[in-house]
Amino acid sequence: MNGFYTLFKKEVLRFWKVAFQTVSAPVLTALMYQLIFSHVLRSHVDAYPGVSYTAFLIPGLAMMSMAQNAFANGSSSLIQSKITGNIVFILLPPLGALEFFAAYLLAAVCRGLLVGLGVLVVTAWFGLPLPAEPLWALAFGLLGCGVLGTLGIIAGIWAEKFDQLAAFQNFLIMPLTFLSGVFYSINSLPPIWYAASHANPVFYMIDGFRYGFFGQADISPWLSLGVVGASFVALATLALWMIKTGYKLRH
Amino acid sequence: MTSAISIDGVSKRYGALQALDSVSFNVEQGEFFALLGPNGAGKTTLISALAGLARQDRGQIRIMGHDTVAAARDARMSLGVVPQELVFDPFFTVREALQFQSGYFGLRRNDAWIDELLFKLGLTEKANANMRALSGGMKRRVMVAQALVHRPPVIVLDEPTAGVDVELRQSLWDFVQELNDAGHTIVLTTHYLEEAETLCSRIAMLKRGRLVALEDKDTLLARAAKREVALKLSGELPTALAPLHSRNEDGRLVLTLPSLADLEGVLATLRNAGLEIRELSMLETDLEHVFVSMMNGEQV
Ligand SMILES: Nc1ncnc2c1ncn2[C@@H]1O[C@H](COP(=O)(O)OP(=O)(O)OP(=O)(O)O)[C@@H](O)[C@H]1O
Ligand SMILES: [Mg+2]
Repeated sequence: MNGFYTLFKKEVLRFWKVAFQTVSAPVLTALMYQLIFSHVLRSHVDAYPGVSYTAFLIPGLAMMSMAQNAFANGSSSLIQSKITGNIVFILLPPLGALEFFAAYLLAAVCRGLLVGLGVLVVTAWFGLPLPAEPLWALAFGLLGCGVLGTLGIIAGIWAEKFDQLAAFQNFLIMPLTFLSGVFYSINSLPPIWYAASHANPVFYMIDGFRYGFFGQADISPWLSLGVVGASFVALATLALWMIKTGYKLRH
Repeated sequence: MTSAISIDGVSKRYGALQALDSVSFNVEQGEFFALLGPNGAGKTTLISALAGLARQDRGQIRIMGHDTVAAARDARMSLGVVPQELVFDPFFTVREALQFQSGYFGLRRNDAWIDELLFKLGLTEKANANMRALSGGMKRRVMVAQALVHRPPVIVLDEPTAGVDVELRQSLWDFVQELNDAGHTIVLTTHYLEEAETLCSRIAMLKRGRLVALEDKDTLLARAAKREVALKLSGELPTALAPLHSRNEDGRLVLTLPSLADLEGVLATLRNAGLEIRELSMLETDLEHVFVSMMNGEQV
């Protein structure tokens, strides 16, 4: 238990010591998206009845930033440790697979939630209402960060070089997070994109998170919860298996 | 008593390369043990297998009786490893690194021991310095401290003195000797053979993944002691002694004797030939000598 707690604390400190890059920077990026898109699309896109486009945009941007940063945390920490070799300090002690996984995961979730909170705070003045269903918002915030945090751990263990990780990030994580209905309601999409969005777990996170704020969404929050929850269980199982067998960690 | 380390038929391949080939030996509790071998012999691979950083393909390893696979947790609690590569986490200070390392081993409030380690390793002044700001030798000392935070009964040092100045090397060995006196089992690899010779009581030599020697240091030295005698004579060496002549050194003739008893005969032959002995000395063998001849495949 103490092993887990120490590793968790180390992972939190690792990003917290450079919070300017790991928390402030993504919050600023999201704010810029908010400024640009709300200005350009204000009068064009029809979101939900009674919900302005500018307000509609906020939870999606927050969830997207949470997802990207939860992914970045574990993946960058692990690849740096592997490449510099200081991962031995974590491999030598008797840390269990679950302790290892939970520590990296929770640190990633912490960073994701901090970034998400930051985005909500700096964009709230665009007309974000208080959450209509706070528990749903919290559930999707946590689970969404959990899914991407786990994916980050998997990518960090799998990648052997920085460019492999960058490829993972640019060709998988970025498309998944950008093409997830952050900037539009998928009901406005042509049928093929509409169908494709349904294969993207990030879409369900965003839709569910939005439901937490507006009490309405494109699909049922229960379905979204099911998809996001199942994704988490599947990915967590894979990550635990990798850690337990020492995949790419122990030769 | 359980062996501190018990290695039984351990083999490990990296692709086509046989990094370890059926290696078996034990290290007993309280020993000061040296693992020697040229670059690429498999020393680090063997240590990685002990530490669970690598998995052997075949064979079994126990640390203080705990199997490194089946009882990995207990095995790792019993083992402290100083890796060969200089590695550190640039995000933290020396003290933080040691506190984290203690925590990973499940230890809380380890600061008294951390302070002692810092003191013994001459790091007290650097306790709050960032790891990045330390010199290479100091980083190496932190790695030693990190390996000792949980007071492991078995300590393995993979070339701990590479890149470390003479003064620190001495104080490091004093400290390791102290740990050994306190009952810790020590295993070290080094390319400075005089270190192994002065510190260790038993020596294993690896060559291309195979164990080629495993002896008490003294036995090894004695077995290898080729009884060489260096002479300066008033004239030519009698032909009868030519087969013993191995080389010349500083203008002296060096004769290799099968045993010390043969010296009598040599002296008698010289006397009978009417030669005067101007200088005579016995040459000492050292570990380096033994090592080189072992690695050249000579039977000693
Ligand atoms: N991860 C790895 N992948 C492939 N080959 C490896 C790996 N680790 C070690 N080897 C190979 O295994 C052999 C043994 O290497 P090892 O590091 O154990 O040698 P060593 O005795 O520690 O040498 P040195 O004195 O240089 O430290 C070498 O030929 C090395 O190239
Ligand atoms: Mg080595």
